[in-house]
Amino acid sequence: MTDTGEGYGDALTRDFWAAAREERLVVQRCASCGHHQFYPRPFCLECEDGEVGWVDAAGTGRVYSLTTVHLKVTPDLEPPYIVALVELDEGPRLLTRLVDEDGSPLVDGVAIGDRVSVAWHDRGEDPPLPIFRRA
Amino acid sequence: MFGFVRIGRPATPRPRCALSIEFARPVYIAGVAETALGEVHDQTELSMVALAAREALREAGLRIRDVDGVFVNYMGEQGSVQVGEYLGLEPRYADSSDLGGAAFEAFVHHAMLAVAAGRCEVALIAYASRQRSKRARRVAASGSGTSVYGPDPFHLTEQFMSPYGAPSPIGAFALMAARHMHEYGTTREQLAEVAVAASHWAALNPKAWRQEPLTAEDVLGSRPISDPLHRHDCCLVTDGGGVVVVTHRDRARDARSTPIRVLGAGEGHSYWHVSEARDITRTAGYQAAADAFGMAGVTARDVDVLEPYDAFTINVIMHLEELGFCGPGEGGAFVEGGALRPGGALPSLTSGGGLSYCHPGALGVLLLIEAVRQLRGEAGPRQVPDARIAVAHGVGGISVRSTVVLGVD
Ligand SMILES: [Zn+2]
Repeated sequence: MTDTGEGYGDALTRDFWAAAREERLVVQRCASCGHHQFYPRPFCLECEDGEVGWVDAAGTGRVYSLTTVHLKVTPDLEPPYIVALVELDEGPRLLTRLVDEDGSPLVDGVAIGDRVSVAWHDRGEDPPLPIFRRA
Repeated sequence: MFGFVRIGRPATPRPRCALSIEFARPVYIAGVAETALGEVHDQTELSMVALAAREALREAGLRIRDVDGVFVNYMGEQGSVQVGEYLGLEPRYADSSDLGGAAFEAFVHHAMLAVAAGRCEVALIAYASRQRSKRARRVAASGSGTSVYGPDPFHLTEQFMSPYGAPSPIGAFALMAARHMHEYGTTREQLAEVAVAASHWAALNPKAWRQEPLTAEDVLGSRPISDPLHRHDCCLVTDGGGVVVVTHRDRARDARSTPIRVLGAGEGHSYWHVSEARDITRTAGYQAAADAFGMAGVTARDVDVLEPYDAFTINVIMHLEELGFCGPGEGGAFVEGGALRPGGALPSLTSGGGLSYCHPGALGVLLLIEAVRQLRGEAGPRQVPDARIAVAHGVGGISVRSTVVLGVD
């Protein structure tokens, strides 16, 4: 299941997923201007040059928006569940899912602006997926 | 050759629009036609387009063989080529830009410039879908990782969006709605009023899918899909489509109905993945509207009829802000008291919209058709009195917006 036979992800995201296997959330940081970006690009979109490299994110952020999904969308997800946009403290936003402190699905009790921290959703052979729980 | 005659409207401030069409000939929508609507079992998408094309061109006083520009979306790979062949055309100008449902207002923009510049004479904008009869509109995970080479498991969308189970496209609009409610205090009751207003218009339109008006309680009490959006905050799923003919005055001289002037148009888009929105409560609709109104030399205050793209109720609230009918965040308050309903301060969704009339996957072409009919005075029981200027405002995917300002000469 690879585009070149060299692990999960594409040429630019492979390192992200390798870090995910170690339960590290990484984002790109520009060595020239300090801008953080995600998903990865081959250069910094802020200054258009600069060496971008992966750095560990703090793994914390705030809920920017959220929706409770009441529809069966994928076979492995039983509704209802909360899909959210989380703004990392470094700046980039991720689409993600929210879970309770113990990892069980959240259906309410969380609001825009709440602090959250990264957790990892096991996917068997595929690398774990970054999800977030109430901080 | 066509001379560069100055035919522009009276000089008015054009704050953001560097583009002037005063060098060129004025452009009109000279013919419109819906395809069969609702559930269509006895036609194909191509035959629906062909029948509507013949009808719209007859209305324009033209024939299919007069068409030299073809503008289509969602009609298959190289859609303009497929539709062109089906109609026996060899166009010299073509556009199959995939701007989602917003493609059709964008096509008016593109066709206007092409016709004005003399690159084509008679532009055909066409769309048909049988998504309802084909049951093709399954709930998809957000986005699409399908490329011309087939499904790509490592498309960015498949890596970073789909695994989270956001339904597409409603999940993204639900995220917009939730943030809009958080920032501006917009309420579910205000969202519901959009659906209620659309259903009141639909009750006046014999072609509308829903004939019984909805109440606020109906909308608020409908089952949740992707909170805060419930079933009646979402558009219908129907078959349908339509054709719009764009040409210049001379070619519209035999038109059987009043040609409607394209006063201005604009478009824009800002993201594919909802995570990449800088401000999820602001879209490229501000850009599209500024360009369209700037070119037309009018503002929201001059608009008599609005045809917003009501795939979801939140869209309309945000369109009112993008188009300048109210300030950012004020769309919810604007719709309170029935402003959009028949007899309201801003007649909108006058066909019944995607919420109650017809939503064949892409709504944009039907917004143009309804705007033209309102300006011609052909809208029967739902006619807005003395309509002189109408706006159609398209949505594509999540962030694509396109605006067309139409007027009676
Ligand atoms: Zn930089």
